[in-house]
Order: sequence, then C-alpha cells, then structure tokens
Amino acid sequence: MTENTTGTNGSTGSSSPYGGLYTEGVAIADHKAPDGPIESKWTRRKFEAALVNPANRRKMSVIIVGTGLAGGAAAATLGEAGYHVKSFCFQDSPRRAHSIAAQGGINAAKNYKEDGDSVQRLFYDTVKGGDYRSRETNVYRLAEVSANIIDQCVAQGVPFAREYGGLLDNRSFGGVQVSRTFYARGQTGQQLLIGAYQALERQVAAKTVEQFTRHEMLEVIVDGEGAERRARGIIVRDLVTGEIETHLADAVVLASGGYGNVFFLSTNAMGSNVTASWRAHRKGAYMANPCYTQIHPTCIPVSGEHQSKLTLMSESLRNDGRIWVPKNREDCDKDPREIKEEDRDYYLERIYPAFGNLVPRDIASRQAKNVCDEGRGVGPVVGDFRRGVYLDFADAIERLGRDAVEAKYGNLFDMYARITGEDPYAVPMRIYPAVHYVMGGLWVDYDLQSSIQGLFVTGEANFSDHGANRLGASALMQGLADGYFVLPNTIRDYLAKVPKSDLTQDSPAVVEARQAVAERTERFLSINGERSVDSFHRELGNIMWEYCGMERSEEGLLKAIDLIRGLRDEFWRNVRVLGSADTLNQSLEKAGRVADFLELGELMCIDALHRRESCGGHFRAESQTEDGEALRHDDEFAYVAAWEFTPPSGEQEGVGAGMGTPVLHKEDLVYEFIELKQRSYK
Amino acid sequence: MNLTLKIWRQTGPNDKGGLVTYQVSDISPDMSFLEMLDVLNEELNAKGDEPIAFDSDCREGICGMCGLMISGHAHGPERTTTCQLHMRSFKDGETITVEPWRAEAFPIVRDLVVDRGAFDRIIQSGGYISANTGAAPDAHAAPVPKPNADRAFMAAECIGCGACVAACPNASGMLFMGAKITHLGELPQGQPERDARVVSMVNQHDHEGFGGCTNIGACSQACPKGIPQDVISQLNKDLRTALKHGH
Repeated sequence: MTENTTGTNGSTGSSSPYGGLYTEGVAIADHKAPDGPIESKWTRRKFEAALVNPANRRKMSVIIVGTGLAGGAAAATLGEAGYHVKSFCFQDSPRRAHSIAAQGGINAAKNYKEDGDSVQRLFYDTVKGGDYRSRETNVYRLAEVSANIIDQCVAQGVPFAREYGGLLDNRSFGGVQVSRTFYARGQTGQQLLIGAYQALERQVAAKTVEQFTRHEMLEVIVDGEGAERRARGIIVRDLVTGEIETHLADAVVLASGGYGNVFFLSTNAMGSNVTASWRAHRKGAYMANPCYTQIHPTCIPVSGEHQSKLTLMSESLRNDGRIWVPKNREDCDKDPREIKEEDRDYYLERIYPAFGNLVPRDIASRQAKNVCDEGRGVGPVVGDFRRGVYLDFADAIERLGRDAVEAKYGNLFDMYARITGEDPYAVPMRIYPAVHYVMGGLWVDYDLQSSIQGLFVTGEANFSDHGANRLGASALMQGLADGYFVLPNTIRDYLAKVPKSDLTQDSPAVVEARQAVAERTERFLSINGERSVDSFHRELGNIMWEYCGMERSEEGLLKAIDLIRGLRDEFWRNVRVLGSADTLNQSLEKAGRVADFLELGELMCIDALHRRESCGGHFRAESQTEDGEALRHDDEFAYVAAWEFTPPSGEQEGVGAGMGTPVLHKEDLVYEFIELKQRSYK
Repeated sequence: MNLTLKIWRQTGPNDKGGLVTYQVSDISPDMSFLEMLDVLNEELNAKGDEPIAFDSDCREGICGMCGLMISGHAHGPERTTTCQLHMRSFKDGETITVEPWRAEAFPIVRDLVVDRGAFDRIIQSGGYISANTGAAPDAHAAPVPKPNADRAFMAAECIGCGACVAACPNASGMLFMGAKITHLGELPQGQPERDARVVSMVNQHDHEGFGGCTNIGACSQACPKGIPQDVISQLNKDLRTALKHGH
C-alpha cells in the first residue's frame, strides 16, 4: 500500500490538477515578522508597530465579530485602550460563545513546577504537535505571551484550581511531559470566557464598546481598488427584527470561531458556523488549510437519526479504560459482559503494543472507525453501521476498586449516564470519534491580518498556530493570546496608517453589499421546496464524515466533490424555509449557514485531495508506510495551502452563492529553529 | 413514546400568544428534550407550519442559552439544563406543557425565546474586577486560601440561564446576582470594588424589574448547577456592610 510520491499526483507543476478542480497561483509569504532571532521578533514588532495617540483612539472604530475568547478579549482590550469598538454575536449574550464549552485547561509556560518547562519548550511541543505544518514565528509568539494570559485571568478573578498553599495548581495534559496546564475543574473554558465577558461588559458600561447581541454578520464591506482595497465594515441582520443593518469602521476583526459543524454532527455548538469567514473568503480573504480538522476519539456515540450534536468526554478516560470490540460480528448485539475474553479484540493494544490505549487522538480515532467499518462496531445501528466501540473499566474497577475509579472519573461517568441512560460502572461505556476543532481557517500574516487589508482574524477562525494537529489545552491559549495581547498590538499599526474613508451608507460598495444580503435572504424564502435546511445539513455532514474525515483517499474525495455539488444544486432548488424575513426566523438563519457550509465542504475536499500526504490528524490512504502508518512528505507539502475564491460563471450569480475554480497559493514553511522529524508510536 | 405537547406559541412581543397542542409519536427515550422538539419542528416544516422558536446552543449544559418551563418546572423534572434532559424522564402517553421563562425582566421575543439582556446589564453595573489588559501582577503574587478559592469556584459555576428567575414566585434575580457577588467577593482581587459592586448591581437588578428574594428557595432547587441559596445571604451581608461603609 505504500507509494513513492514522484510528482505525478497533480499537486505540483500541473496547470489544471485533478481535471481542473483548482489552479495554482503565485506563492505567498508573511512579510510582517521582523528579521532577527526568534526570541526578539515579537518585541521588535511591538516596537516597530505605529502608535495611535490616545486622543485619536476614540475617533477610530473597530468591528469585532464574535465574543468568544478571541473576540471578547480583543473587544475588552481595545475598549480599554480607548478605541470605539462594536462587538457582535449571534447568541443572546456574549457569554454564550462556544469557548465556554472547553473542558480541559490552558497551557502556559510559567514553569511553576520547575520541571523544565520554558517558552522554548512550549514552542517546540506546539510545532511538533502540529506535525510541522505551522508557522514558527507565530507559534513562538504564542508560547511567549502564554504566561501573561494566566496573570491577566487571575487578576480578573478567574477561579483556577489551587493547591492548599493557595498557589495555582497545574497538571500534565495530552501526553506532554511537563505540567503546564492551568485548569478550573472540567470548566476551564467557561471560567476564562466569563472573565473575558466581564471585562467586555465593563467596557460596555464605560461606553467604549457598543454591544450587539442576536446580530449575525452576513457580509463584509470591502472598498477600493488594488493596494487600497480595504475592509471597511460589515452588513448584519438583526435576528429579532430582521432588519439588515450597515456598520462601518476603520478595521474589522473576525473572531467567529471554527467550522466543525460542516460535519453536521460535531462537538461544536448548534449555532457555530462558517458564514462570517466564508463571506470574507468570497470577498478575497484566503482560506488556509481548510481540510485540517481535529477528530477527538472519546465522544459519546450517536444514539439515533435524531442526534443533533455530540458530546466530548475527557480523553483521560483512556488512562484506565480498555478499548475493544467483539472479534466476531455475530457478537455485536450481545450484552458485552457475556462476551468471553477470548472473543474480544483489544485492537489498540494488539496493533500498538507500546502505547496501547494511549496512542494519539488521530490513531485512536481512525482505528475505531476501521473496526466499525468492518462491521464490528457496537451500540445502535445508525445508517448502515453500528458506530461505537467499548471503553471498558471492568479491569480498572477490579484493580483499583470502584471508589478510586469514581474519585478519578466520577463526573465523566455521571455525564455518560445522563446522556445514555446506562450505568458505566456496570456496563462498558461506548465511545466514538467526533469532530471537535478545526486547525484550518482564514489565512493571516504575523499581524493576524488576512489577505484583505483591514480585515483581521483571530482565534479558531484563523489558521496560524496549530499546524495539522492541535495539542490539548492550546485552543484556549491561542484565543486569549490573540485577543488580549497580539491583535491589540498589531491592529494599532494598521489603524495609525489607514487613510480615513469617506464611505457612507449610500456609497456604491455599501449599497451593493446590503442589497446582496437582502436578495439572498429573499431567495431562501422564495424557493419553497420540499426539504428542510436540516436535512441538507445532515446529508452534507454524512458526506464530509465519510470522505473527508479521518481517512481520505483520492477516489473518496472525488466522489465527495460530486456529491456536494449535486447537493448544493438541490439545496438552491428544493430547500423549504418558511416564515418571513422581518421576524425571528431560526430556519432562515440556518439556511444561510448551511448554504455556506455547502461551499466550504467542497473546498475542504479539494484541499484534502491536493494534500497527498498523511500528516497531523489526517491519514491519506495513498500515503502510508509499509506497516500502515501515516507518512508525511516534507519535500512536497511543507507549505500552507491558502485558497483564493473565484466567482462562479453560472446561474447562481447574484445571490452570493456558487463557486468557481479555486486558486492555490502556497506559503512555504521555513523551519529555521526546529528540525523536522517523523513521529512513531509503535 | 407517544406524547401530547402543549407548547406556547407567540409570534412576537405584541401578540397575546397561547398554548397550541401537538402530538408526537415514535419518540426515542434516548432523545434529548430539544431533539424531540427538533423532530416536531421537522414535521411542522414538512406540513407548512412555521417551526417553534426556541433557544439552544452548546447542548452540553454549559452555555446557558436553553431554558424552558416544562410542565411548570424550570428546565423540567430533573435538576439539569433543558438540553441535558432526556425523554426517558417522561412516560409514554404523557402530556407535557412547554412555556418560556416568565418574568417581567425577560420579555418574550417569540414562542419560547426570551430576552435575558437584563442579566448582561446587571454584570455591566459592577459584576467584574477592573483589571486592564497588561496591568496584571504575576499570578502567584496573591495566594488564595483553598476554601475561598473553592467557594469562589462554586459560585462561578453559574451559567446565567435564568432558571432561578423563572422558578421564583417573585421573579427575583438574586441567586444569579448573589453568585457573582460571592465569586468575586471570595477573592483578594475582588476586594477593592466589593462595596461599590454590590450596591450598583442591586440597584440595576431592581431597576430591571426583578423582584426581591422571598426565601422560598425555588431558585436554588431549579438551578442546574446547584448554586446554593446562601449566596443570597452573602449578597445581603455584603450590601449591609457596604451601606454601613456609607455607600
């Protein structure tokens, strides 16, 4: 099954790879990170970035879309600095943003345990964890500011776990050998978000921040030509009144989160969506590495066709639980306690004797899918398969006693029991992988500015720090690093230099953007077809999961692209959205989001198709070692794939839908400070 | 399972609204309550009836966005969020009434959706520690005794869902407010603004139209995070202290 990649795969040199699915454009690079030693780049950039006179700040306005860690922190910080900030979220309060659901913790290179941690080591671990597909300069800065985040959060009153002496507690997380993870029980995301939220609300009271809840961004306003093409505002829909509003500003920040819901089922919140990012992409912001998604192995399986979302359980469960499926398909519907030891396949222990049940997330996930695809999954049949494997604590309970297991995992067992109605102390748990996070996102430079001037992207919405796989406890770190410390320092350079705009509500660029939103909204309501928005979303999710999930192949991806195109075509002919545009209309909201997912899904498949290597969380069937392990190709693929949108040439023009042939721009990843290595877990 | 649902429908703030009866059949006991409503909405959409509007987001019991009065109980018969309530908590053939949170301070937007902006405004009035970005000392500069840190954490578990208000016969927001007062008041960082915070938040709470605490304890019973009623005692104590200090 191995293959030597000799450049015949269409990814290099060809003018119309894969039958014209994409074309290749000029290479790009980040020009903002200063020269010099990596330790001094950020200090230098902060010094070189222009300042804005405090008296002028209130005359400068910044729009921030999203109120999670990245958006909420940035809005609060820019408000404190005295800028005029407009903060938008689609939820009923900024405190609902999905950062709130993060459980595990937040990394910081504090070295409070004196166990050898340092900025350098966090930097190294993060680049290695990302399988050498992230940008060194950005990751170093992330590690560098990580310690400040903890100080800031403690000052705000975030109740981190503490030891009896009153100092902060740390734990080791995600297989890392130092204890650098700060946590607040299983609710770290909630506590950090409430900290940022309170800082934000303080600025709302101080009138530096205007807060718009239940407002959804549906278009970005871009004005000017060539070197003067700049983001100047956004079009939003007031989700309560339906009014289409125009908001102009000197800069726009997207902190709108990840797009894991393209898979329909994920651990994301119901409302998490790609629309803000995708609308910006359609206006010229490059989308980088869209196929990089993280799939988490220990989620509660789907219980039936009604399933609306998936719930993650901490993967610490794999420390003591043993994963298995029946050896024989006939046993799959039996009570697991009645399946004899010799009829069980502890497949991770069998395939990976050294690491066993503690293999990395992507391997545990992929092998679970493999055994289910073989027909050896357990639990309810959903679609064609039983999609679940056992995570069995019987041995652990016998070895450690029930009390010890309860002390360690009690809250997780309770959560499992609540959702499934089964008692995990008596019957083995069932688990299955689920989409959890996306490393891909809008391309940004060192300043977190996208390929549209004046449009900045922070947090999960950008691509920059996690490469092809994200380490545990790093998402919260990145969101807050971007929001509190990076963006406020880089955006001022832009704000100090941006020429004043004479754009008004009546300028052509603004009217055009507003009309496009109104027309699109009317279009959804006028199709009046047979199928619900959810049914399209679910079908798209199945395609993505099957062909663009943990294991990808050329054949599968080509098929997926065909299926998605067909589905998108049907969507615009046959979706049924009832009600009107001038009230709260949740079906209408979903229609806009799913329409954008239907385009993103195709781009993800094209990106996955062109990346003919296994790396990070992604296994490419055509790129494996002789014993079936992931094989990376640094000679060919050590670059960021930044995709440029091209408009369609067809009937769907005018409603902001449809897509032409995307253009690939490569940003070469240069490793000056870290040596590239292949990983092995056998 | 087959169920009869009586669900509050209201097209907007100016509509009078009323309960509408729906039948659902073949409901799996493994569905969450909101997934059962998803199924009903799919059926309504197929029939050409507008789906029922209700709020939910994380569906993991942590964001606080969901919240329904289910047969008279905030978040239903179990002590959890609506999204974490499953149909196995109901009996086949049961009639279930579904209404929005009812409180003057939470006006109805549509159907089961209410406006909880009053909670944001209470936080704006003082539910924070003033610490500008970049101004923080080292995180270990101020140790926090573990009992205080644990109590702060317990109070900080509040998800701002509003079940306490919905459950209270007087629509009081004092459990919500007391949780924030207790969270910040237990920490050394929260001391400088402690007096001003409680006075300002209580003023805003009353201004929003929430009622006073009547010591019934329904709030704490309904709270999916189990915030205990003693945070209200803490609130009252802090208020008395602040007034004594001349606030």
